[in-house]
Amino acid sequence: MVLVKNVSKTFGEISAVTEASFAVDQGTLAGMIGSDGAGKTTLLRIIATMIPPTSGSVIVSGMDAVTRRDAVKALLGYMPQRFGLYPDLTVDENLDFFMDIYGLTGAERSRRREKYLGFSHLTPFVRRKAGDLSGGMKQKLALACVLIHQPRLLILDEPTNGVDPVSRQEFWEILAEMKASGMTLLVSTAYLDEGENFDRLVILHKGRILAQGTPEAVCSGYPDLETAMIKRIETVDAGLAEERFAL
Amino acid sequence: MRWLRVRELVRKEFIQVFRDKRNRPILVLSPLIQLVLFGYVVTTDVRDIRVGAVDHSKTPESRRLLESFDANPTFRILYRLEDPKALDRLILRQKVDLGIWIPPDFQAKVRKQKTAAVQVIADGSMSNMAAVRIAYTSNVVDGYNTRLLQEHIKRKIQYGEIDLRVRTWYNPNLDSQFYYVPGIVAFLVMLLSLLLTSMAIVREKESGTMEQLIVTPLRPFEMILGKTIPFILIAQAQMIMVALFALFWFNIPMKGSAPLLMAATCIFLLSTLGIGLFISTVSRTQQQAMMTNFFFIVPFFMLSGFVFPIANMPLGVQWLTHLDPLRHFLVIIRGIFLKGTGIAVLWPQFLELAVLGGVVFAGAVLRFQKRLD
Repeated sequence: MVLVKNVSKTFGEISAVTEASFAVDQGTLAGMIGSDGAGKTTLLRIIATMIPPTSGSVIVSGMDAVTRRDAVKALLGYMPQRFGLYPDLTVDENLDFFMDIYGLTGAERSRRREKYLGFSHLTPFVRRKAGDLSGGMKQKLALACVLIHQPRLLILDEPTNGVDPVSRQEFWEILAEMKASGMTLLVSTAYLDEGENFDRLVILHKGRILAQGTPEAVCSGYPDLETAMIKRIETVDAGLAEERFAL
Repeated sequence: MRWLRVRELVRKEFIQVFRDKRNRPILVLSPLIQLVLFGYVVTTDVRDIRVGAVDHSKTPESRRLLESFDANPTFRILYRLEDPKALDRLILRQKVDLGIWIPPDFQAKVRKQKTAAVQVIADGSMSNMAAVRIAYTSNVVDGYNTRLLQEHIKRKIQYGEIDLRVRTWYNPNLDSQFYYVPGIVAFLVMLLSLLLTSMAIVREKESGTMEQLIVTPLRPFEMILGKTIPFILIAQAQMIMVALFALFWFNIPMKGSAPLLMAATCIFLLSTLGIGLFISTVSRTQQQAMMTNFFFIVPFFMLSGFVFPIANMPLGVQWLTHLDPLRHFLVIIRGIFLKGTGIAVLWPQFLELAVLGGVVFAGAVLRFQKRLD
């Protein structure tokens, strides 16, 4: 579904992502794990066609994300890290707005409205302003607005950041449902305890991919994901330091 | 290009503009308050001159001179003093606008048919006003001189004289409100359309919704239309509201065609909305957008001829004023309000405004599209 080949991105002098390559299979839930500043958001934004890569290419469902941007856009839903809806519009108005942008009309419009309001448990709050919702509800509304055009690939940037444990649990259940319906998901997180939920993991550190594979494969040889990640980061940082001193 | 998406953006923009409780007074009340305030404050008419007088002559002649000031409705002698130093202090503290000192030898010189000096001190820190006050003062003194002459010669002077028959067209009473109020209407339209456009786009950046919009099928040009159409409508509504207020509150005549004025407003808005778009591409936060707005508003105001006559500016700067959309719009709006001129006379301004607006708007649209891609 998603094929990332040797993608690098530099902003002036700073390189945010260096030579990243990985693949996400159709109908799987892939996770991107890394500390803040590891390059997760940059990589996700490149895949979501928002910024072009400096070098390398991204293929979504057989189409290049740069040259066939509009076709790729139509396939995917992207939820930014920050709440990206209008806080001064109500739940209903936000949903209406995105349905109009995607050109949904008639019976299909009301069917989808019912479906996504229902699954996000927002039906009782349709008249409330989005800015007055709780953190967890905001995330669910954002998800409903992203899902409204039924994308085949869903990209979520740290969706559970700052959300309470109960809502987080609920959110993961929704994602599992999405996966069961055949959707491909690519989710970033800084919470290592969420690693077990993924089919595949990509560990990012300082813009480079440290490891990738199933959670079991990434953990192999270490007691848990946290130790696995910390040990790998320490090894890489020591290597980098040696390189620098050798110069 | 899908009209449904544009229409939805416009609808959303209207909901947001009118839902914001802080916006409602800004949109309706503040233009009216500014118009009333500016209408009364921005006036260069000299209607009241406060005078401090020192009469060291204390003779019928000197008293008659001061009486002729008192008899003039513009002058008010507030203080009669003995000490010239006290007069200095009054001028310094701006208790009086003008000081008159009549020296002790005044009567003697007048009677000996010599020239008697009278000192007049004006506060030159506001040079325009001082010049007008001095002109009024010479008028009064001239009148007194003529009477002295007539008393001295005792018979009617038979001499062909020149009588000026002055008619000021378009503003018979030289009321400065007539000049300023249409200008304020133009200025307010510029201010609000600039601020609203740039703020509306930067707000989307600040709240992160721009990021969400970029991944939707929404095209940059649809976005631009969705962000400018609401403010064209709002600015036109404000134009009508403020113009009606100018007509009925300040009794400014509206001699020309209202549809022509609205057409001119649309062409003018092309420039201001273009600059608003441009500002939104260089600002990340609403504060930055606000500061950048002033970077444009202040020079536009100064170079427009609103307060400072363009003819008095250095030649280079006079050329520069052609880049100021407010300058052209001011000529048009004053022409339509006060003179009732039509397109036959105002076409150079319309043309310049249209070219300026077209270039600015096209440039801003290109930059905006590039930023979004």
